[in-house]
This record gives sequence, C-alpha cells and structure tokens, in this order.
Amino acid sequence: MAIENLERILIEHPFFDGMKQEHMDLLVGCASNVRFDAGQFILREGEEANSFYLIRQGKAALEIYAPGRGSISIQTLGAGEVLGWSWLVPPYRWRFDARAIELTRAIALDGKCLRQKCEKDADLGFALLQRFSQVMVEHLQATRLQLLNVYENR
Amino acid sequence: MEAQSSVNLNAPYFLELAGFDQLLQVLRQEDYRVIGPTIRDGAIVYDQVSSSADLPAGWTDVQEAGQYRLKKRDDQALFGYTVGPHSWKKFLYPSTMRLFLAHRRNGGFEVKEEPHEVPRLAFIGVRSCELHAIAIHDKVFLGGSYTDGSYQAHREKAFLVAVNCGEAGGTCFCASMNTGPKAGQGYDLALTEVCENSRHFLLVEAGSERGAHILDEVSHRPARPEEEAAAERAIANTAQQMGRQVDTTDIKDLLYRNYEHPRWDAVASRCLACANCTMVCPTCFCSTVEDITDLKGENAERWRKWDSCFTTDFSYIHGGSIRATPRARYRQWMTHKLASWIDQFGSSGCVGCGRCITWCPVAIDITEEVRVIRETDAVTLSKKGNGNGN
Amino acid sequence: MSTKTAEVETSAGVYVDPMLPRPYRVQRLRQETSDTFTLELEPEGGARELEFEPGQFNMLYAYGVGEVPISISGDPTKPAVLVHTTREVGMVTRAMRKLKPWDSLGVRGPFGVGWPVEKARGADVVIVAGGIGLAPLRPALYQVLAARKYYGKVVLLYGTRTPTDILFRRELQQWHSRFDLEVHVTVDRAMGNWRGNVGVVTSLIPRAPFDPHSTVAMVCGPEVMMRFTVQELERRGVATENVYLSMERNMKCAVGFCGHCQFGSEFICRDGPVFRYDRIQSLLAVREI
Repeated sequence: MAIENLERILIEHPFFDGMKQEHMDLLVGCASNVRFDAGQFILREGEEANSFYLIRQGKAALEIYAPGRGSISIQTLGAGEVLGWSWLVPPYRWRFDARAIELTRAIALDGKCLRQKCEKDADLGFALLQRFSQVMVEHLQATRLQLLNVYENR
Repeated sequence: MEAQSSVNLNAPYFLELAGFDQLLQVLRQEDYRVIGPTIRDGAIVYDQVSSSADLPAGWTDVQEAGQYRLKKRDDQALFGYTVGPHSWKKFLYPSTMRLFLAHRRNGGFEVKEEPHEVPRLAFIGVRSCELHAIAIHDKVFLGGSYTDGSYQAHREKAFLVAVNCGEAGGTCFCASMNTGPKAGQGYDLALTEVCENSRHFLLVEAGSERGAHILDEVSHRPARPEEEAAAERAIANTAQQMGRQVDTTDIKDLLYRNYEHPRWDAVASRCLACANCTMVCPTCFCSTVEDITDLKGENAERWRKWDSCFTTDFSYIHGGSIRATPRARYRQWMTHKLASWIDQFGSSGCVGCGRCITWCPVAIDITEEVRVIRETDAVTLSKKGNGNGN
Repeated sequence: MSTKTAEVETSAGVYVDPMLPRPYRVQRLRQETSDTFTLELEPEGGARELEFEPGQFNMLYAYGVGEVPISISGDPTKPAVLVHTTREVGMVTRAMRKLKPWDSLGVRGPFGVGWPVEKARGADVVIVAGGIGLAPLRPALYQVLAARKYYGKVVLLYGTRTPTDILFRRELQQWHSRFDLEVHVTVDRAMGNWRGNVGVVTSLIPRAPFDPHSTVAMVCGPEVMMRFTVQELERRGVATENVYLSMERNMKCAVGFCGHCQFGSEFICRDGPVFRYDRIQSLLAVREI
C-alpha cells in the first residue's frame, strides 16, 4: 500500500483526531499495514512490546492462559480500537496475549521508534500520552464494571 | 327522595347534652354502628359507644414526646382531650383484610371475589386533623386511575361527626400544618363543645345533606350569638395552645436537597425502627400481602396487612434490601410524609396530629427533625456564609 | 377490593378488578439459560387476550406461594399468547419454574408505563440490555421491527455474564442476520471457543452506528450497568431526555396503593417502570433511596 494511503487512514482514525501535521508525518513514517488470520497471535505475553495497533477490520481478543483452564478472554477489540500500550511503559513487555478471532487488518505503529521520537519531542510525547491515557481510562472503567459482576445471581 | 331538611348547612345550632345522646340514638336507629372515643388500658381509643356515658367525660390526656397519660379534668367535658393511639384509618382501611380466596379446580385454580360486608359506621369526635387525614386517604385510594373498592365502600357508608378541638395537646401542631383546629369540611356534622362558667353545651353544624337529615331528628335550635362567640373563643384558644409547630416554607425542596444531611445519621442512632410512628400515623397507607394455603393446598388466600417502611423487608428485592440502614428508612418516612407526598398527592402527608411524636418509644420528634435540618440546611448556610457551600 | 367500584376499564373495554389474579394456563415453559426461563401462557376459559405496551409488566401469582412483578417479554402484535421471561431468584419464581403445560398461574395486569416506541419514530433507536434486562426490551424491539420503515438505524447492544447466559440465542442470531438491524452481543467473561465480543456492554457504545443527536436509547439491566450505560451514551452526545431506563423495586400491589416501590416521589409500578433518565437522574445518585 502506498504511503499516501496509510497517511489517509491514520489522519482519518479518531485516535489521532487533532494531531499536528508534523506529528502525523512522523507517525506515518513509523506505520505499516498488517493482517492476521483468525487464530493467529498478534502479540504474546512476555515478549518485548515494541508496537501498537490501530484495528481497521476484524476482531482481536486479549487473553491470558491459565494451566488447566485454558485461555481466558479478558476483552475483545474491534475496528476503530487501539490495541497495546505496554510499548509506552517500562519494562516494555506484553502482559497478555492478543489473538485475532477473525481475519483482522490493522496499522502497526513502531513503538520503539516512537519512544525515541517522544524523548526528543515532548509535544509529540504529550499528544500520544493524552490519547493513550484516554484509552487506558476507558479500559479501566470497563474493567471495574466487569469486576462488579453485575449480572451475578446474588 | 327524602323531604327537604329544615336544617341549614353550615349554620350553628344549639344542642343540649341530652341532644348529644339523642344524636347517638338516632344514628343507631339509622342502622349505624356508632364508634367514638372511650377509655381502655389507660388511653383514649376509638371503639363502639352507645351513649355519652361511654365517652371519657371529665378526662384529658397529657402528651409529650414519648409520653402519654390520662388526667382528670376540672369539668365534665366530653371531648376535652386530643387524639390517642387510634385513628379512623383502622375502620376505613382495616389493618388486615382478605383480598381473595382461591381453590383448586380442574387441575388449576379458581379465584373467588371477596364479598365485602361493609358496616355502616358513624364516627363520633373526628378531629380536624383526622378529617384531613381521611381526605388524604381519599386521594390515595380513590383519586388515581385505580380505586380501592374496599376503602371506597367503607368510606361511602361512614357518617362523620367531627368535633372542633377545645384543647390542644402537647404534641399537636395542626395549626402550622393548616389542618386545624377547626373542622373545615368533609364532615356530616361538626360539634363544638363549650364548657365554661358552669355552662356546658354543644353547637352543631351540618356539613352535608345526610348530616342535615340526621340533625332533623335531634332536638336543636338556632344558636344565639353569645353561644357562637363562646364556641369561637374555645377554638381560637386551642390554636394558641399548640404544643409544637413546623415551619413548612419550601419544605419539599428543603428535604429534597438534604438527602445527605448528617442529621439523618443522628436520628438513626436513636431510631429503633419499631414502626410505631407508621402504625399510629393516620395517613400512612403502606401495605403488604401474604399468601397462605391450607395444609392440603386445596384452598389458598391472600391477605393484605398494614406494612411499614421501617422494616428491612419493605424494600427487599432479590438478594438485598434497598434501604438497609435505619438512616435510609427514617429519611424515607419523613421525606415521604413531608415532601414527596406533595408531588404524589398534591398535599403534605402530615396533618400535625402529633401521634408519631407521642408514641415514639425514644421520643423522636418530627417537628424537631425539620427544625434542625432547616437550621443547618446546606443551602441556607452557604447563603449566610458560614457553611462550606457544598 | 372486589366491589364493582374497584373495577377499571381496560383498553379492550373489559372490566376487571386490578387486585384479582385471573387464571392463565401454561402452554409451554422453555428453559432459556441455567437460571432463566420463559413462560408462554394463555387465558383460561376463553378469556380475552391481554393487550400490552412494550415495557409493561404483570403480577404473576403462583397458587398459594405468592406473587411477583414480571415484565412481559412477548410480541405486542401477537397478544394471543402471553409471554414472560424471568430468572429464578426466589420462592415464587422457583415455583413457576416447576410449572408444567396446562398448569395454572394467576395474572394481574398489565401495569405501568412502557418504552417510548411510538415517540421514537423518525429517530435512531439504540437498545442497551444487560442480562435478564433483555426480556422487557424484546417487545420494544418487536414493535420497532414491525414498523421498521418509520425508524432510522436500529441497534441492539446486549451484554451478559458468559456465553451460556445469553438469552434468546436463536432469535439474536436471526436478528443478527437482518440488514436493517445492528446486533452486538458481548459477555463479561469467556473461555474456550467463544468467538464473540468480551467486555462490558458499555464498551459497545462508542463505536455503535447511530446518530447521537437523533437517537432514542432504551436501557434495561442491573442499576449499576444502567448508570454506566447512560454515562457512555452521554459521552457519545445522546441527550439525557432521550434516554429511558426501566427501574426495579419491591412491589406488592402494582397500582400505587402499597407504597413499596417508591423511588423519591415516583411509584415505580404506576409512574414507571420505564422512566426518562433526566427525570430520575438526581434520585439515581442518592444511595438507599
């Protein structure tokens, strides 16, 4: 896919709403198109976390594997959502597995490259952190609600 | 159609004490069961009476928060006391009542309508606050899209003889609730007892055609101006004697904005959640139902019983009680009575009779609770500048 | 309460005492999930069918055991069969679960104010259901689908505990295959071969396809789930006066006499169970009210 195409996808993605053009240029330089078949792992627990994904199509599950219980799905993410933030915080390792449940297309962003750029450009760092903290808060709230187990028969 | 009565509605007539007994007799002849105040177990309660001899003549009551006792009067007044633990709701809205009978039939069951044998009751000595309480129940049970048939039947048959209060009790506050001490409307007959300077008589007014026709049968004559003046004096005097008062200004919003007031914790620390206040309250109308069967399950019944918002079961939904703490339950009761009642039925649910104060075993006083919340109202305080304004 | 005066005229013009259960016969009892079941009832002895508004409820009486409020989960355009779906949570629902075809059950109702299905015409409709909360919303969806052309986008977001707790599974699949209806199901926890969404139902709201400025949202589920849902809808830009919730409280009489279901100045049985959110917003914030 051509760079112009990638750029358009990134600009149109709600996650990057309001990003400065110069930052978008940097992001496009770190972006690549990826696809995962159903069942394929996108990232594995314990591995180095060097990227994040803007899902364009399909569905991915965050899972954890427990011996004797199998894989437990914690959360699924679909089109328009962002997968992965471990690349932002030390020790830069994935805490969960992520697996495509169906054919999933995404834009992968090179987190390692972005980390270095953020170090040099605090503006960019803030813009990205602001967006990720939004996503993290949403997930935290959802997890809290999940913890309440509201449908349980008391 | 009955003959036109010679009695003018709302005109005062003079009644000798003997005329009062005659009135009771006429009511009995008209097939009414006559219910009036009488002394039982050291309290003035409502029960069947046949003559003035059954009434607590010469007695009065002394009421304070958590206290009630009877005391001899200096005179032989028939109505020289205020309200006791009973109210008329126990007659119009029985504390237990079967709603239906069901029995097994054809592998299923059949529900039988409950035949209501509603007695013709004549209430003697209905106070102004109690007339208001009955009017409030009329709104609750008859004023909406559904009507309570049992209540309606009881209500239509009841003959109300009001009495204007010649004395206010220590826990009375009808004057500030605008519900007394003079009976305004809703009665068939209204009495005012005058017991002064060795004169003892009654004035009577008819408030309905039905009342006028009964009065036709009783010896009476138009009241003289000085008799009328004596009656007015007695009532005016009562209004001045109120043992308690409530400032009702903006009371709905006051309570609505103080759901989180610390006073609820304070009152909850004293409240036993015994439900006495709801049982003696003449307007509390909450009920529950109980389904029962015989041992073989051939017959089933449903009973309706008075309930109280002070029980934990009251707000139970699968797994827990909504109002688990006495704090929430007292708040519900008082906020309902004085605030949400206004939204629900267009008037306060409190008639200022003071029963909840008198019969509270720990002397919780609704007028005092309102006063404290008003004085420490977050909004008012922040306006004065000595609150935190939150 | 069975004097003539206790009777009210129903929409069908029949006089019935609102306090007397009328006998119905069980046609069918279907176990939906491990703890939920659906009862299909027909009036006994050729009594008239029961017309209802989506979101209304009946008081169901298990002979000799007791009575509970249960929302109607059937199709309002097919009133010949009275359908109720409920969860086994107490003595009465436990007794109902044991009913067999041709057994009798008492019915009083229908009671209460339902969903604003008619009012939502011209707008997008978002239905958010949690757990058994799908049951009272199903009649609303039936009614919307029966007049589909009058509505914009129609979205059903349904969350439940685990994949085995999904209610009306077959019907959800049928709805899912329709082109004029967007259905998203999510579960709080999943193991094994579940291929659907995992996460709370609120997580479906941000990306659901509807125009927040022209949407009527109907929400039913546990109170906590509804509060979170409203927040998420508000964040999308849905005005609070276009959000409706169905509330639950203890009920004995269903006609505003017994006092049990009071919620501030509202009687849930009579003024609800469906409320416009902005009308009860302040009450939802008060604990133990």
